[in-house]
Amino acid sequence: MAELSLIDISKSFGGRQVLENVSFSVSDAEFVSIVGPSGSGKSTLFHLIGGLLEPDNGDIYLDDKRVNGKRGAISYMPQSPSLLPWRTVLENVMLGGEIIGDKNPSEAINMMAKAGLAGYEDAYPDQLSGGMKQRAAFIRSMLSPQPLMCLDEPFSALDEFTRLDMQQWLLSMWEEHRRSILFVTHNIEEALFLSDRVIVLSSGPALVKADYTIPFTRPRKESMVLSHDFLEWKKTIYQELRVMT
Amino acid sequence: MKQIKTGWRPVAAILLLLVTWEAAGRAADIPSWLLPTPSQIWLEAMAGWVDYKLHLFSTIKLTLIGFLLGSSIGITAAVCLHLLPKLRETVYPLMILSQNIPIIVLAPLLVIWFGFGILPKLIIITLVCFFPIAVATLDGFRQTSPELLHYLKMAGADKRQIFWKLEWPTALPALFSGLKISATYSVMGAVISEWLGAQRGIGVYMTLASSSFRTDRVFVAIFFIMVLCLLFFVIIITIEKRVIRWKKKGAEQHG
Ligand SMILES: Nc1ncnc2c1ncn2[C@@H]1O[C@H](COP(=O)(O)OP(=O)(O)O)[C@@H](O)[C@H]1O
Ligand SMILES: [Mg+2]
Repeated sequence: MAELSLIDISKSFGGRQVLENVSFSVSDAEFVSIVGPSGSGKSTLFHLIGGLLEPDNGDIYLDDKRVNGKRGAISYMPQSPSLLPWRTVLENVMLGGEIIGDKNPSEAINMMAKAGLAGYEDAYPDQLSGGMKQRAAFIRSMLSPQPLMCLDEPFSALDEFTRLDMQQWLLSMWEEHRRSILFVTHNIEEALFLSDRVIVLSSGPALVKADYTIPFTRPRKESMVLSHDFLEWKKTIYQELRVMT
Repeated sequence: MKQIKTGWRPVAAILLLLVTWEAAGRAADIPSWLLPTPSQIWLEAMAGWVDYKLHLFSTIKLTLIGFLLGSSIGITAAVCLHLLPKLRETVYPLMILSQNIPIIVLAPLLVIWFGFGILPKLIIITLVCFFPIAVATLDGFRQTSPELLHYLKMAGADKRQIFWKLEWPTALPALFSGLKISATYSVMGAVISEWLGAQRGIGVYMTLASSSFRTDRVFVAIFFIMVLCLLFFVIIITIEKRVIRWKKKGAEQHG
């Protein structure tokens, strides 16, 4: 179970308002993406949910518990893989759980095999390709016991081909182990392809501009991105983002 | 493999130097109290073992104790300063400054204050070891990656976890460079402290040898000081390789 709700969240840095009355929610086992121009405050939103920052205003609830300023309540995946170079891949993927005091090596080895990382348990991160590192970082987040996963532009540093592979892979992993996911991206296509809902943020200060429920059925196929409906959706969201600039 | 292939060059250079020295010494007929030839030094090293082995062991013992003391204090100080940023900002410039004081100037003072026992000697070695290790370790802590720090915080790590899981491993390579420098310094520190007055030690052996114009023995002492430094260095590199395995593996992949 993981239900996140943000109620009227505002945040400013040194007098400059970055988030203004942002409210939205994520239901259990739902995949929600947030799209917005860069610098609009998407990462700031995550820092608030993760408890690194406290909102100036508003409340954050996770499963009916108020988590303002509380750390360790979510499982997180940053843009760069952020694997510890001195730990083997296996030790790395267990890190999230280890911090909370709950690590499970056999489950980790299983999950690594599903991610195509079998045989790399004792390798060091340096020995992995960019895509493999990102998969390891994703598994680390999956293996963390917190039910809500927050992914901050996890694929934006990858090349186009790797990214498409990773999106496909992410979906297959997620369909097998349903978790609530909050996914930040500035790629509209990526958001549409992955999500149940897409939330559009404006910038300066960020408000929730639109909150779309994406009707495509699952499991989703790559060919979907060429369908007429998909392109219509892309247009809708693109225009929503355009209006702001 | 690589080491074997390129390792012959320095060895050849040393051999060439020794051969030239030997040949020049014999050709010019330099008296051995002025400059003994390598073969004369070698003979003395062989023959005098019983005379100087106690001196040698005494120096090794002093160096080891001093080194362990100095490096523990250095590491502890670095950790404390790292965990107390305000104190670090205050003390760090002083530490850098104090590194510029040559220990040899402090040595006579320490003798005045603490006499000729083992205490002033340990203080000298501790001082020479302390600074390189403390400064290197502090610099190591500062290399902590902000990205990794950010991840750990988001994942809910507390200060203690951040230190042991991130900052300490980050600082280890720097700490080891500090240890390598200190290892050779501590041998020098031991010898210098023995010059100031001791019952036993390579430093004492050296002073006695030079005052009686036994130049061959002075060279024997120099030779053993070099061997000790080298030995220490190798021991630390060996430990380093066992502790920091991840670096080597990564490097192998790149070439
Ligand atoms: N800790 C901070 N202190 C001051 N300004 C910040 C801080 N974090 C973010 N900002 C500012 O807030 C704005 C939003 O940043 P961010 O949330 O990283 O945007 P995004 O992730 O959408 O690209 C940026 O203009 C950034 O400069
Ligand atoms: Mg961002």
